[in-house]
Amino acid sequence: MAESTDPILEQLTQREYQYGFVTDIETDTIPPGLNEDVVRLISAKKEEPEWLLEWRLKALQRFFEMLEAETEPTWAAVDYPKIDYQDIIYYSAPKQQLQLESLDQVDPELIRTYEKLGISLTEQKRLSGVAVDAVFDSVSVATTFKGELEKKGVLFCSFSEAVKEYPELIQKYLGSVVPYSDNFFACLNSAVFSDGSFAYVPKGVRCPMELSTYFRINSAGTGQFERTLIVAEEGAYVSYLEGCTAPQRDENQLHAAVVELVALDDAEIKYSTVQNWYPGDENGVGGIYNFVTKRGACRGKRSKISWTQVETGSAITWKYPSCILQGDDSVGEFYSVAMTNHRQQADTGTKMIHIGKNTTSTIVSKGISAGRGQQSYRGLVRMGPKAENARNHSQCDSLLLGDQCGAHTFPYLEVKNPSATVEHEATTSKIGEDQLFYCRQRGLSEEDAVSMIVNGFCKEVLRELPMEFAVEAQNLLGLSLEGAVG
Amino acid sequence: MPEPKTILELRDVHARAGDAEILKGIDLTLRGGEVHAIMGPNGSGKSTLANVLAGRPTVEVTKGQVLFEGNDLTALAPEERARAGIFLAFQYPVEIPGVANMYFLKAALNALRSARGEDELDAIDFLSLAREKMNLVEMDEKLMSRSVNEGFSGGEKKRNEILQMAILEPRLAILDETDSGLDIDALRIVASGVNALRGPDRAMLVITHYQRLLDYIVPDYVHVLSEGRIVHSGGKELALELEKKGYGWLEVEPEPAAAQ
Repeated sequence: MAESTDPILEQLTQREYQYGFVTDIETDTIPPGLNEDVVRLISAKKEEPEWLLEWRLKALQRFFEMLEAETEPTWAAVDYPKIDYQDIIYYSAPKQQLQLESLDQVDPELIRTYEKLGISLTEQKRLSGVAVDAVFDSVSVATTFKGELEKKGVLFCSFSEAVKEYPELIQKYLGSVVPYSDNFFACLNSAVFSDGSFAYVPKGVRCPMELSTYFRINSAGTGQFERTLIVAEEGAYVSYLEGCTAPQRDENQLHAAVVELVALDDAEIKYSTVQNWYPGDENGVGGIYNFVTKRGACRGKRSKISWTQVETGSAITWKYPSCILQGDDSVGEFYSVAMTNHRQQADTGTKMIHIGKNTTSTIVSKGISAGRGQQSYRGLVRMGPKAENARNHSQCDSLLLGDQCGAHTFPYLEVKNPSATVEHEATTSKIGEDQLFYCRQRGLSEEDAVSMIVNGFCKEVLRELPMEFAVEAQNLLGLSLEGAVG
Repeated sequence: MPEPKTILELRDVHARAGDAEILKGIDLTLRGGEVHAIMGPNGSGKSTLANVLAGRPTVEVTKGQVLFEGNDLTALAPEERARAGIFLAFQYPVEIPGVANMYFLKAALNALRSARGEDELDAIDFLSLAREKMNLVEMDEKLMSRSVNEGFSGGEKKRNEILQMAILEPRLAILDETDSGLDIDALRIVASGVNALRGPDRAMLVITHYQRLLDYIVPDYVHVLSEGRIVHSGGKELALELEKKGYGWLEVEPEPAAAQ
């Protein structure tokens, strides 16, 4: 099926990135460079307490040590030129007052941007019942439904606001899952993070709506370093969604976020991501470097953390949403669809660290490669010495479109308790000429056929997404892959 | 009575799959209402003929014309042919994991309908249409919510093909070895489904290795394909003769080396 000259294929794989526009908006931007003054400036702009500044400075010092020792991680199967960390802008914000009472005060240009992205904040507010926090470049610009959530005791706001309003919660949990020294990129984030989202669901409360953050990188030359913290107290439940897009630029932009989740006894956190950062063009020029640390701690008994991700964007993805299963009978889940087309590279997977008794984890990873895309599933399952009767099931399926892409699987298993059970299944398949012909013979176009087959392949993961995102994710997969068959 | 409309006409069709020339000059005409059987031993080119009609990309027509209702098909993509009214019931229906059978069929029907400028059917209208047609092939409704052909028995797959044909209502239906792998009960069900779809505006090309299917789907014409050519044509009684005598008595001499 060497049809790489197929006109439909060419047309579709060259489809332009839909969110590549730039918003013309006045920003408050500092010059590029990383040093103590920059960190102090960010902290001052955020009017942060002294302890947080100190925490940032410790992180910065550690980061410089790592930089000096050249310990930037190189084990991932991704290839990119050395990043000059002094050539990045570490703070950029829309120039207007940060305290907004209502959406009416948000710059209309910003509102239009979100409307272009398909997330009209006002519409969202009125119709869908999803509470949205929008992070533009480095700062949060609007959070909807705040009042309604507060009635239930649910706190949902930008990270900066949380630092001011709920400093004791931030101080208690910040860095408690991902310490500032955890890894190279987490360390950088800890020093310079500018905003992000914070959600707190008190004891026994089931959050009445989906919480959602939309991340947007707009300014050129900036890095985006947001920090998300979600805490679910005993018996609480929350479902959180994040979406991301960025303009089309020839340069690479760094996105190094940290997400920390904490679930106490009987709490459940469901965290869903649809990542569509600009992937670069078909020759691999431009695109976001998405180097993200996401980790959830199932601290309490019978707690549950579930990660669902659909990764279609970014030039490079380096991301391993993980669960630390500390509480007895706690449950960790990881459902992932990763798609690489053109010259995109993804090294993604998860870590399931079983510490408590009877802990269970499920990993379902679906990788799709097209064009010259390369991707790796990298996953660690560790059964600690006290993890009696712990169980894991992992399933990693790869689908190849064409013969110039690659899929790799690196499962790491560490079993230190003889009563633990670990299962790993892996498959690699190609979209068959026979499948495509069958669909086309029934009247479906080639692109619809590919989209249908790919969506079928990912179904186990897509059905884990909340309804609002499932449709978006399906469309996204279709758009990114249609006709990408050779 | 006016002469029935010509649906399919093949004129000196040559085709290759990979490097091998498989069809070496096929002439064939099907008119509305007719059922033609193509019989022949393995390797004679039966499935290639089906693929030529459906436009499989791996098969290339090197010479001759394939006319469907007077228009040359050779430049058309498979989906364009399907939308024009050509249906192939596959010998080996493929599995599409994760795609519900009902969803697939509805997408197919709506692709055809929108190509004809008709409104797409919504889920409710589609369901009532599907239920009606499912009776034709005694199809269990449970199979509709399962993934396309995944885990279906041989008989279920073939019934599913006929169900699709009943819903898509083609003007040319090609049945490629629909009898293979069927027990006698399944064969009867499939055949009665096919017979219910016979009509004056529809032509059918039934490709089979065995006479057995033709006891149930009685053809108007039988053609014997051998080494890429139709070597003999006749009425339905030809099938019975083949059953008795085998293919040997009809086969042409091996091609002379001089042909090169």
